[in-house]
Amino acid sequence: MNKTWNNKAWFMVLPVLLLVAFNAVIPLMTVVNYSVQETFGNNLFFFEGVKWFREVLHSDRFHDSLLRQFFFTGTILAIEIPLGVIIALAMPRQGFWVPVCLVLMALPLLVPWNVVGAMWNIFALPDIGLMGYSINALGIDFNFTRQPASAWFTVIIMDVWHWTSLVVLLAYAGLRSIPDAYYQAARIDSASRWAVFRYIQLPKMKRVLTIAVLLRFMDSFMIYTEPFVLTGGGPGNTTTILSIDLVKAALGEFNLGIAAAMSIIYFLMTLLVCWVFYSAMMRGEDE
Amino acid sequence: MARIEFDRIRHAYMADPKTEADYALKELSMTWEDGGAYALLGPSGCGKTTLLNIISGLLHPSGGSIRFDGKDVTTLSTEARNIAQVFQFPVIYDTMTVRENLAFPLKNRGVARDEISRRVDETLRIIDLEEKADRRARRLTADEKQKISLGRGLVRSDVNAILFDEPLTVIDPHMKWQLRSKLKELHQRFAFTMIYVTHDQTEALTFADKVVVMYEGEVVQTGTPDELFRKPKHTFVGYFIGSPGMNVLPCKVSGKTASIGGNKVRLPVGAPKDAKSLEVGIRPEFITLTGGRTGIPVSINRVEDIGRFRIVHADLAGKEIAATLPEGSEIPAEPRAVFDPANVNLYADSWLVEAKG
Ligand SMILES: Nc1ncnc2c1ncn2[C@@H]1O[C@H](COP(=O)(O)OP(=O)(O)O)[C@@H](O)[C@H]1O
Ligand SMILES: [Mg+2]
Repeated sequence: MNKTWNNKAWFMVLPVLLLVAFNAVIPLMTVVNYSVQETFGNNLFFFEGVKWFREVLHSDRFHDSLLRQFFFTGTILAIEIPLGVIIALAMPRQGFWVPVCLVLMALPLLVPWNVVGAMWNIFALPDIGLMGYSINALGIDFNFTRQPASAWFTVIIMDVWHWTSLVVLLAYAGLRSIPDAYYQAARIDSASRWAVFRYIQLPKMKRVLTIAVLLRFMDSFMIYTEPFVLTGGGPGNTTTILSIDLVKAALGEFNLGIAAAMSIIYFLMTLLVCWVFYSAMMRGEDE
Repeated sequence: MARIEFDRIRHAYMADPKTEADYALKELSMTWEDGGAYALLGPSGCGKTTLLNIISGLLHPSGGSIRFDGKDVTTLSTEARNIAQVFQFPVIYDTMTVRENLAFPLKNRGVARDEISRRVDETLRIIDLEEKADRRARRLTADEKQKISLGRGLVRSDVNAILFDEPLTVIDPHMKWQLRSKLKELHQRFAFTMIYVTHDQTEALTFADKVVVMYEGEVVQTGTPDELFRKPKHTFVGYFIGSPGMNVLPCKVSGKTASIGGNKVRLPVGAPKDAKSLEVGIRPEFITLTGGRTGIPVSINRVEDIGRFRIVHADLAGKEIAATLPEGSEIPAEPRAVFDPANVNLYADSWLVEAKG
């Protein structure tokens, strides 16, 4: 082998290196830096070791928002994934209605987060909002600014409205990749509708659904604008999920150390869950 | 097992077909005998798959009716018809093991458990996958996957018919030969009605008692391999069967004599009055090249040696013909082509003119 060594090649990698540094490594390191120091203002910092981490991990406030976060994520996944799959299965496979359905499905994804929050805020208002008014008209007392249950209901239904489409589009793409011969063979083999789903459609959708779950999981951990605009974490702290709590700690109370420690814990958790889930799903692939 | 009858079946994929050409399968009435081994032969796009799908009920014909043993099944679903069909490309259930794949059609039909395991074991032996029976089907090679597809057809021994749609396309030649003889053996043992689609004529001719040749949505001839060889009903059959195919030469006809570029050839029949085009068909095997006085003068273009005999490509009145030359015989200096009178056929508008009575 005759290799030419040319160290100038390193310059080629430089742009990528800079890009990654500025948008990932440096911000992350800043946060790591804050998480181990204490400040009393004036840019004076003291090294504190793992004090903030210990404090966060032992605080009831963090436990509560973490619990709320898992409740939120679990609920929306439990609704959006099956619902998305059902809608994808019901969508036409060919003809005039395919593009129409696809555009309709894509619409919610195009609405900016803060607009979604504002829209649902107005929509769910008990006195003038269409949804809030209608629910009350049915004789159910509904007021998301005062009742935790109503607030949760609204936050979840908003997320379902906004993001189920993503699951639908991914699942639909998976379904479309199944050749007709599979459905024909299933008819020859007298497979029931359920068996077709279980043994043909679901296995073919497995990869895209894995991606859908990961995306929705990570997104729901990051989600901030929509619930913030809708409920601001209230009433009280009842819909304060992690990101809202984090912003409260960092900017509202200027507890940089606590907030930084929280975001690192929260980052590692997301990473861990995604990794475990992904390896579990992909293990079957290469056995 | 069943006798399958087509009564004026036709099919068009488009919503309102207007001309004859809009039909992927043109009007067809025929009978597939119970226990028959049929090969369905024809070029790609001629409607073979369409025909099979009509039999299995994956497709409902635009017109006509279909009967199994006299019972009308035109509107019955695939499930109710009890037909096995094997497709060109392997279809397997990824998440199941090989054994589960084979058991699947039986389970769906509510076959008793020990009966299932007996039949699955037997099928595993036939397709030679006993060792991999408990492996996930996904990890197997294309050959093995196609064997599973075949197996899911064979495991149902009580079907009305088994339809094979070019099932050996993805299988390597050695295995092809093995599987083909397996299928033949199975057919002899169980005598199921079998329709085997292929566009490989050797496969068709070795396999079947009856060969059905299709061309542009039409069944142009059904017959034994020998009939297809000696009396092709359509010039297409002449071209398609045999290698090289039949020579087809435009001609003029008066009485029972054809004139090809001024050279006279005796015909077994006269031409129908309303024919637009007339052609003489003669197979290379029935042309002798002599140096004598009789016959039509030809000039040799090239000679191909294919082992058992040689093929001479020659020019006859401006048209290229092929003739076979038995081993050991020489090409005469001034060659003339002599047609075997018993095997000269006349075609009017591409269809064979048959002697009356
Ligand atoms: N699903 C379909 N929709 C429309 N046209 C089709 C469809 N399937 C087949 N055809 C057409 O019908 C004709 C016959 O096709 P097919 O039966 O698949 O032929 P073969 O199996 O002999 O190759 C072809 O011209 C093909 O283009
Ligand atoms: Mg085909």
